[in-house]
Amino acid sequence: MRRRWLKGERLITLLLLLPSVIAVAVFVYGFIGWTGYVSMSNWNQLLPDYTFVGLRNFLKLFAHPRFQIDLRNLAVFTGLFLTGSLAIGFLLAVLLDRKVRGEGFFRTIYLYPMSLSFIVTGVVWRWLMNPGSPQMGSTGINLLLEKIGLGFLKSGWYTDPRVGIKAVAVAAIWQMSGYVMAMYLAGLRGIPEELREAARVDGASEWQVYRYVILPLLRPITLGAIIILGHISLKIYDLIVAMTGPGIGFSTDVPAYFMWETTFHANRFAQGAAIAIILLLMVSLLIVPYLIFSVRREAEV
Amino acid sequence: MTMGRRIPWQRALLYLVLVGFAAFYLMPVYVLVVTSLKSFAEVNLYRMWDLPHSFSLESFRKALLGGFGFTGLAHNFVNSFYVAIPATLASAFLGSLNGYVLSKWRFRGSNTLFTLLLFGMFIPYQSILIPLVQTLMKLGLYGSIPGLILAHTVYGIPITTLIFRNYYATVPRELVEAARIDGAGVLGVYTRIMLPVSMPGFVVVMIWQFTSIWNDFLFAVTIAQNPAVQPVTVALNNLAGSYIVEWNVQMAGSLMAALPTLLVYIFLGRYFMRGLLAGSLKG
Repeated sequence: MRRRWLKGERLITLLLLLPSVIAVAVFVYGFIGWTGYVSMSNWNQLLPDYTFVGLRNFLKLFAHPRFQIDLRNLAVFTGLFLTGSLAIGFLLAVLLDRKVRGEGFFRTIYLYPMSLSFIVTGVVWRWLMNPGSPQMGSTGINLLLEKIGLGFLKSGWYTDPRVGIKAVAVAAIWQMSGYVMAMYLAGLRGIPEELREAARVDGASEWQVYRYVILPLLRPITLGAIIILGHISLKIYDLIVAMTGPGIGFSTDVPAYFMWETTFHANRFAQGAAIAIILLLMVSLLIVPYLIFSVRREAEV
Repeated sequence: MTMGRRIPWQRALLYLVLVGFAAFYLMPVYVLVVTSLKSFAEVNLYRMWDLPHSFSLESFRKALLGGFGFTGLAHNFVNSFYVAIPATLASAFLGSLNGYVLSKWRFRGSNTLFTLLLFGMFIPYQSILIPLVQTLMKLGLYGSIPGLILAHTVYGIPITTLIFRNYYATVPRELVEAARIDGAGVLGVYTRIMLPVSMPGFVVVMIWQFTSIWNDFLFAVTIAQNPAVQPVTVALNNLAGSYIVEWNVQMAGSLMAALPTLLVYIFLGRYFMRGLLAGSLKG
């Protein structure tokens, strides 16, 4: 199907793409290569030292107690953040899809946190989850819980190392669950009413309609949401900075935070680069198959 | 089975749950607004949820203009606009060109090229941060607003290309063919056919870019540490970490830092949504 182009026209189209292609080639791929090189170097002081040391930085990192805690925190955070956002997002979408009066109003409220910076979210939630003290009394959410008679739910939140990163996940769910709602709602609107009606006529209960008709049809959206939220989760940094910092005993620390601190405060560039490469590999495992699949499927259509 | 015959209490429960969630999402904004409006005398952590007795704009004034050893966020706001506006325009323009070529002038390998471009949208920026700093230093752009603009422009290309490519894919082939028959070349088709219908695409892309650049922290804190060029997110984070600044001033500062993107969302929500859904690779 390829048309024969005049040579000049093909040249112009390539020239139009050229600035972006060069920029991305250098700033994305070139820089990733450079970081990879740094991660295998001896540059663990202020001045660059590109002596090749192989995988030494990586081996040291995996033996590093802080990095092990970080990986565990990241797993806990990702698990909670994903399940929480998906469950709440799906619930809200299903509820809003039931011909609700004032749907637009509710939708706007559920989604607005998406437009905020993680820094703003972090600053506010730091105060909301400030537990107060037994002597002076509760503050923030604890105070609110006391007021509405749910005092038994009080927690030390991020100040309690046993809660730690889970408290940060709550703030992240607050920010991103509306996004999942929007995705699911768009998906639900794309499912023709006749399909549900047909299932109902066949005697399916409302629950069965969702379980066996709606959910399977929404599977691509669930996958998309997992990919998007998953890569945000692996990269989470701003929220930690603004809300808690690394926390007591690194209870709210994550690899991205460790990376920035070790690179730009401690000047351990090679160690920072190694963390960055590990993050990149994790994100790639999630993104690359999805990306190739999406573009290829679209090309077939 | 239809809605009309539904038992009323089920309906009531539905609205109860919806309102409950609305309260959950609005809770931080309630605290932000209520606290920012309290006077310094009235601010008390243990009365955090109480309404203010009298309105006071003191907190906003102090957050913006500073006082008592802290400089205020006013100039950081200006910095954020200086970064966000040029970077938004530049990345939108580049994305439009790329989207046009990748949707209407496909060539062998164009899908591969597109996939390679898109990958840049998902990478953790930690993996390019060290070379970025080194390069900006060599170019004399480290610690400057132009340096930050450059970073945001380049790393914005993937998402703007994606949105424009999907958008231009909806422009009918026949329109392009007709212009070609009239003798329009590559640039002619772009300026005569594509640009005139591009407005909604530009709105979606520009809202998306403005929001992400305004809200960015990682590039800002890495490239623009110097207080003179700090965007508002970095300054706000410093403000919040400082013990000399009162809690109500922090809340007022947060509210103001949130305001530009919040207003964009409230007034252009429809376009915001489209950008959001485009981010998940669906057109």
